[in-house]
Amino acid sequence: MADFLINSLGLPDWLAWTVTAVVAAVLILNVIAGGALVFIWAERKIAARIQDRLGPTRTGGRFGWLQSLADGIKLLAKEDLMPEGADGMLFRIAPYVSFCASFCAFIALPFAFDFVGQRLNVGVFFVVAVLGLEVFGVILAGYASASKWSLFGAMREAAQVVSYEVPLGMCVVVPVMLAGSMDLVTIAEKQSGWFTSWYLFHDPFTFVIFWVYVTCAVASVNRAPFDLAEAESELVAGFHTEYSGLRWSFFFMAEYGSMFLVSALAAVLFLGGWNGPVPVARLLGLSEGTGDTAGYLVRLLGCGNLLLKATLGVLVMMWVRWTLPRLRIDQVMTTCLKYCTPIAAAMFAGAMLWQLALPGGLLRGLPSWLSRPAGEIREGWLEGPGGLRTRASTGAGDSSNVARVAP
Amino acid sequence: MTAFSGLSGQLSSPLVPLAAVDWHAAFFMLFAALACACAVAVVLADSVVRMAFYLVLSLGATAGLFFLAGAEFVGAMQLMIYVGGTLVLLVFGVMLTAQAPFVAIKPSTGDKLLAGMVGAALLAVLLQAAFRVEEWRRPAVAAATAPAPTATPLGMALLGMRVDDPAPGSTGVRSGYLLPFEIVSVHLLVVLVGAAYLARAKRRRTPRAIDVAASAVPTVERSARPSSSALISGGRP
Amino acid sequence: MNQAFFLPCAAGLLSAPVGVAHYLVVGAILFTAGVVCMVLKRNALGVLMGIELVLNGANVNFVAFSSPELRGPGAASLGLDGQAIALFVILLAAAEAAVALAITLNFYNNHATVDVDRAEELKG
Repeated sequence: MADFLINSLGLPDWLAWTVTAVVAAVLILNVIAGGALVFIWAERKIAARIQDRLGPTRTGGRFGWLQSLADGIKLLAKEDLMPEGADGMLFRIAPYVSFCASFCAFIALPFAFDFVGQRLNVGVFFVVAVLGLEVFGVILAGYASASKWSLFGAMREAAQVVSYEVPLGMCVVVPVMLAGSMDLVTIAEKQSGWFTSWYLFHDPFTFVIFWVYVTCAVASVNRAPFDLAEAESELVAGFHTEYSGLRWSFFFMAEYGSMFLVSALAAVLFLGGWNGPVPVARLLGLSEGTGDTAGYLVRLLGCGNLLLKATLGVLVMMWVRWTLPRLRIDQVMTTCLKYCTPIAAAMFAGAMLWQLALPGGLLRGLPSWLSRPAGEIREGWLEGPGGLRTRASTGAGDSSNVARVAP
Repeated sequence: MTAFSGLSGQLSSPLVPLAAVDWHAAFFMLFAALACACAVAVVLADSVVRMAFYLVLSLGATAGLFFLAGAEFVGAMQLMIYVGGTLVLLVFGVMLTAQAPFVAIKPSTGDKLLAGMVGAALLAVLLQAAFRVEEWRRPAVAAATAPAPTATPLGMALLGMRVDDPAPGSTGVRSGYLLPFEIVSVHLLVVLVGAAYLARAKRRRTPRAIDVAASAVPTVERSARPSSSALISGGRP
Repeated sequence: MNQAFFLPCAAGLLSAPVGVAHYLVVGAILFTAGVVCMVLKRNALGVLMGIELVLNGANVNFVAFSSPELRGPGAASLGLDGQAIALFVILLAAAEAAVALAITLNFYNNHATVDVDRAEELKG
């Protein structure tokens, strides 16, 4: 977009880049904020239907569309309270720390082939790292509220999030291993084609890892059944007991933003990202890499695919919340340490062995649109001064069916 | 951030005042100022919780500096392990020990003066070393447009195969970091087992000093912190 | 320690493109802040924070030396070695922080304070 601004409108470099960055940031902010609005309404409706009632039906017509907006206006108009004895600066800054962590992780998330804030080579690592920073906002909020219940809730939530980062990391490594790169764009690109090329259906170990990832992701964003930290029945409201008005809404935007983020990450890592179940664009002969309108429309279609998958993930999380009972904190920790971590480790080993034994997939020897190229070689192994090919000092090896990952 | 580094100071018109802004330098200044200011704030802060908060900000800004220098893997690792792991541990420790009488333990003025002098001398020495080498001042012009390095060479080096430049004057490849990698893995295991053992709850015949101290203070003055909980639970916490 | 030496250098650094010297200045400030923190703070956790700052200052230096983008023309950089060293420093700092915190917690349990000035007796 900056090139367009520079070339067509003749803006100076710095202005073009600033405008591009601001537009990208505003887009992501709208995805989070608008998504939070829609998800809060959806949560109330889903909760209501599961509990055999109707939910909001008055504001904005029969379905209560504008309920979230009305809630937002109410929150803006609330009195700004701070408990006496609270640490003022930390109390005020805690919601923003939480929200910033949730927002920053969207920098590396690709919405379509070229729709990514910054294409980081360590995209997966960056997203998981920044997700883990959200816990600071929670701890600061719990401490600065000068209330014992807030502190307990914050400590429990911090322990839970930090513990679940371990199996989450192991689950995330499996698609990285299958794709050969931590770049989220590369991982999603490798799953292009029919839905059989999604990593979910790559091998049974990855299938199980996906479900372990879902469990760890739900625990990581403190959603039910792992939401003991904000348990209404026990700790009033946990770490955000003393927060009201706009500060509280920042915590909730951070929570819904994180839910959307882990769902989108699951979609990119396991469900093919922006690739639909049927490769419509490829069948029509279009490519998403071109700069013209057709390419843009293909990318837009991909973006819609990703948003649909992420929204489905969030809706499933809401469904689970209102269906399953809440776990106790010791049960939460047991699930992490005794179930999720060993299962993730075993499945990781299994996926690795599968990849070594059957690099071409289960359907080797069949036409190329059913099987995968055998022995995908990662970048830098063959070429480069220290690479295998240079050291072998013979001619070029057989690379006819080797897919080389472009850096 | 590497997308910005290709625009070092292109002047499109002499009338545009900000056209000479090098975005790499602007972001570097931002992160560097944040890191240094928060580091100084750690020294100057009174409450230990605020010190922890400033340290988090400082280390986060340092991760930003790592990203700017092209070390993306190290930057992400700093965020995940240092900020997201070590500092969470530190903040937990701060919470567990930050009771009201102990939150602000102030050093004496003589100590502060001595520390200031030591710090100033050390800073002068380090800055002089930083300014002295000529070739550290100017960056390579062509490297600004080079493609960003990937994490694959680092990963391969950790597995023992150096795929970046080979050792000069030999046909072989330099050995990688496989042995330190394994050593560090075992080291982490040993350290964490040791730390868990050190911090275990011990069965004691005499009560701990912390329990004696806690029960010696009368209930009303116990600590200003959980006052709201005293109201909620109606007296005894 | 010539004062007139620093100001022109600092002014020169502010207007030059970002090079290794800029990173070294940041590393120096972090390192010094960490050392002053270790010297000054009576809270054991404050001392630990000083240690973290010191290690980070060193890491900034290593990463600056390892980056080929920041060097003068023709100069060789540490390349991958600097990044690998920084990586190992981060790992070892995490391990050391865990042990230091365990020790601090034990100290707190035994003495009801984290004031390091109270650690005067070599008793179990």
